[in-house]
Amino acid sequence: MQLDNLYQEVILDHYKHPEHKGLSPQKDVQVHHVNLSCGDEITLNLTLHGGRIADLSWEGIGCAISMASVSMMAGLLNGKTLDEAALIMDSFLSLMQSKGTQKGDEGVLEDAVAFAGVSKYPARIKCALLGWMAFKDAAMQVQGR
Amino acid sequence: MTFNATQIREDFPIFERTIREGKRLVYLDSGATSQKPNVVIEAESNFYRLHNAAVHRGAHQLAEEATDAYEGARGIVAQFLGAASDEIIFTKSATESLNLLAYAFGNAYSGNRFHLQPGDRIVVTEMEHHANLIPWQELAKRTGAELAWFSVDESGRLDLSDIDSVITVKTKVVALTHQSNVLGTINPLDAIVARAHEVGAIVILDACQSVPHMPIDVKGLGVDFLAFSGHKSLGPTGVGILWGRSELLNELPPFLYGGSMIETVTMTNSTWASAPRKFEAGVPNMAQAVGLGAALEYLQKIGLPDIHVHEMALTEQLINGLQEMSGVRIIGPADLTMRGGVVSFTMANIHPHDLGQFLDAQGIAVRTGHHCAWPLNRKLGVVATTRASIYLYNDEADIDALLTGVAAASKYFARG
Repeated sequence: MQLDNLYQEVILDHYKHPEHKGLSPQKDVQVHHVNLSCGDEITLNLTLHGGRIADLSWEGIGCAISMASVSMMAGLLNGKTLDEAALIMDSFLSLMQSKGTQKGDEGVLEDAVAFAGVSKYPARIKCALLGWMAFKDAAMQVQGR
Repeated sequence: MTFNATQIREDFPIFERTIREGKRLVYLDSGATSQKPNVVIEAESNFYRLHNAAVHRGAHQLAEEATDAYEGARGIVAQFLGAASDEIIFTKSATESLNLLAYAFGNAYSGNRFHLQPGDRIVVTEMEHHANLIPWQELAKRTGAELAWFSVDESGRLDLSDIDSVITVKTKVVALTHQSNVLGTINPLDAIVARAHEVGAIVILDACQSVPHMPIDVKGLGVDFLAFSGHKSLGPTGVGILWGRSELLNELPPFLYGGSMIETVTMTNSTWASAPRKFEAGVPNMAQAVGLGAALEYLQKIGLPDIHVHEMALTEQLINGLQEMSGVRIIGPADLTMRGGVVSFTMANIHPHDLGQFLDAQGIAVRTGHHCAWPLNRKLGVVATTRASIYLYNDEADIDALLTGVAAASKYFARG
């Protein structure tokens, strides 16, 4: 069933057992993003240390796709430099825009290649990108300081 | 003729197609927009094929025919609502109808009965669609009037216990929905209309979810203005209706200025044509108005009382089925009195977006999200819901498919 491409086990697993969820008490920057079409919300705390992402934590309410995506994103980006994070994000964005033609670079995206199926559902790409757009915003704000 | 949904479906060409690899289309999203019968599609395209010309202009045969078709549609709408033809204004949508009122009120000079000023009050309800909330929020800000509202109780009904302190003597406008697009609740109008008129306020009814589904007689309702959309009533998109009492339309200032809404024009001043022309500046959506006329004739041929009875039988089947499932919470009244065929619900552990996606894979179309009623969702403590909305072409098999789909989704998302 095509639906199984969308809801892969690893996605449902992250939805039920999200990682890096629960906002850190300290942060350099906090952002709050909302998916206007459905009301899903996410709050992201970002802390940098020595040019690296020392802590990326989040809180949110949303569908399996948006919540699993931010969970995996936090796992991928924690410990990375902002430049490394930007490359990972570019790779994820390119996968989301691929309309089902790409499988995703597993070396860069790891388990997040499971979102390849989402790119075939235009209405859900925004769900998968909610956390990533929040991170992009947070990274820009922290660099602007 | 007895009511027969199977036969009715044959009038709607969209039901000949399949969804997601050959599945039967189970369309339960008519609250967002309805499907169109052949008679509507033909009426709209025949206007372009045979009669197209700018209405109310031109001394030629096509202009005459176009004007006859357009004004004929106005007559059908008037008869459908129990109103007079010159009380029917064609707009592009119900959203525009409601905005027209709010902007026209804002254009009223001091001394006009629609003029608002600081100290005046506008009353809405907590269950309004954004289209019947934001125009009034903004009008209140522009004029300095105060915005007040009736709250919604746990069961999804309006709390009218404080009606006299909500509709005060300073209230000029009461704008509310006839049937909630989220809860399915039908609001009792008698007490609200009586209190509003007692203090000299105007009552505006958003009837988008009621006019397509039940017999409506505007004179019987007692309201002053009513808006509904064509596309939720089997008609084309791009056409909405505003009905208003004649004497009020005469005093209401225009909203859009331009061609064909004027009486005389000089370089410094203009006067207005009488209603409805005063509110229809520019060449209107003619083919869409004609299509709406065909839609309303079709609905009347089937019979609104029968349509309502049919929808309520399916609503009962759906509510009963959902109530038997664990983890399902119906958002809105579970009893069938004063309610229509819109059923919103949440499921424990499944987000509406995921449920909607799962149902889509079975060929079932539902709406998910906040349904353009964000304040109501907040009040009820839900981020989003799944909404099934029923119309004349739905049948028991559709409701069975939805209930089976919801149960299957429960199992599907339990894995992982």
